[in-house]
Amino acid sequence: MKLPIYMDNQATTPVDPRVLELMIPWFTEKFGNPASSSHSFGWEADTAVKKARKQVADLIGADPKEIIFTSGATESDNIAILGVANFHKERGNHIITLVSEHKAVLDSCRFLESEGFDVTYLPVQDNGLIDLDLLVNAFTDKTILVTVMAANNEIGVIQPLAQIGALCRERKVYFHTDAAQGVGKYPIDVNKMNIDLLSISGHKFYAPKGVGALYVRRRPRVRLKPVMFGGGHERGIRSGTLPTPLLVGLGAACEIAAQDMESDNRRILALRERMRQGILGQLSDVVVNGDLEQRLAGNLNISFNYVEGESLMMAIKDVAVSSGSACTSASLEPSYVLRALGVNEEMAHTSIRFGLGRFSTEEEVDFVVKTIVKAVNKLREMSPLWEMAQEGINMDDIEWAAH
Amino acid sequence: MAYNDKVLDHYENPRNVGSFDKNDDNVGTGMVGAPACGDVMKLQIKVGDDGVINDAKFKTFGCGSAIASSSLVTEWIKGKSLDDALTIKNKDIAEELALPPVKIHCSVLAEDAIKQAITDYKKKQ
Ligand SMILES: Cc1ncc(COP(=O)(O)O)c(C=O)c1O
Repeated sequence: MKLPIYMDNQATTPVDPRVLELMIPWFTEKFGNPASSSHSFGWEADTAVKKARKQVADLIGADPKEIIFTSGATESDNIAILGVANFHKERGNHIITLVSEHKAVLDSCRFLESEGFDVTYLPVQDNGLIDLDLLVNAFTDKTILVTVMAANNEIGVIQPLAQIGALCRERKVYFHTDAAQGVGKYPIDVNKMNIDLLSISGHKFYAPKGVGALYVRRRPRVRLKPVMFGGGHERGIRSGTLPTPLLVGLGAACEIAAQDMESDNRRILALRERMRQGILGQLSDVVVNGDLEQRLAGNLNISFNYVEGESLMMAIKDVAVSSGSACTSASLEPSYVLRALGVNEEMAHTSIRFGLGRFSTEEEVDFVVKTIVKAVNKLREMSPLWEMAQEGINMDDIEWAAH
Repeated sequence: MAYNDKVLDHYENPRNVGSFDKNDDNVGTGMVGAPACGDVMKLQIKVGDDGVINDAKFKTFGCGSAIASSSLVTEWIKGKSLDDALTIKNKDIAEELALPPVKIHCSVLAEDAIKQAITDYKKKQ
């Protein structure tokens, strides 16, 4: 087993060697611009791009004509949200989203608020899932767009896209989903789920960084205004020369994901459960954040009460994870996603996100469990909060100094 | 975030972790920070009849820099008179551990913890 162990697959994934191999010739030998229609260099690149477009479309049940290639989910989210809002602002200026969305969605919405749009940020339930009744009540006759993520990047909970899609379709409101964490991980079908726009990020499922896609429905047609201008590529929605090698990689990753989804998921889920039971079986006062059923197989987000997350990460330096405590940022604010679940600030500071993936092994999981248990026990011995808890002191009864 | 070697050393080999009986008259206890902010430091001093801090212990809930700051001050205050201990400033701690700007609050907490522990001790006399 090689150290350090990578357990941060929601942050990014390695490129699958099968994907990389297919990409390589497109950097050097077959480097043509897919828009060059006057020679064979362009033609072969165009053929490769067409194939990739179909591979991406097939994974989500779309038509290749509905795929716009982008640099990743951030760009796709921006194009989708700003593009729909700007095209349809005469019809309505209201957008609905969730408080637990990725910043790419939240900050696009914030920007639109500064442009005169109204945005409803729906709270989520304690398990991280949307409350559909709240959604139903949030629609107004001005609502033009609902944007709800497929799976959450911090806690891995999977939103009920089909139900949200149905509610939107009934009301003729566009439905966008940021599926950066969902695509390639579990079945998503844009037609069955009534999704109108969907953001994809390559590097979350073993394709390279810097490439992604936006699905834009053609029937009924979703119209949007571009946010960038240029050569009119990608139906004028996303100008810029297409990066053939990256697209070949994205396409290949989609095909592999479709092929291996079931077996990958079965294996990754078993590893995650091994990890969860290993940790919960050996440590008291630990809590899994977010719903355990409606959840990505590879995500485990745990609060280790009385142990601050950043110090825990230091103690397990051979394991690459990320922390729900944003103590390194100047704000000292813990994760807004955990806060949205009603996790109190103290517990949010104690949380760690473990992200398992295609290349995680049982040996790694066992090592991580052993390392974590040892580190938590050591840090609790050093924790005044743990000491007080053992003495039966209620932390809420103490008047702590303000921030 | 990459940590400085001194922080790592204190974090991996913390000095003087533990607790004294807080009801002991020779013991002063300082508890600063708040769980919601992600940092709580408990610093305890044991003061001899000569008014010199002859032992110190800490427990800290917080990031590596917070743990290192409290570990460091337990070393520094041992053998100091109360007045001398009060001259330790957060700047000294931050400099010694080369804390980056976002971690300066850890050194502030450590300074506050010393002050609180001494105040608590004096109240008991
Ligand atoms: C839910 C979600 N949306 C958007 C993004 C941004 O994706 P990208 O890095 O492809 O821009 C990420 C990844 O960081 C994500 O997890």
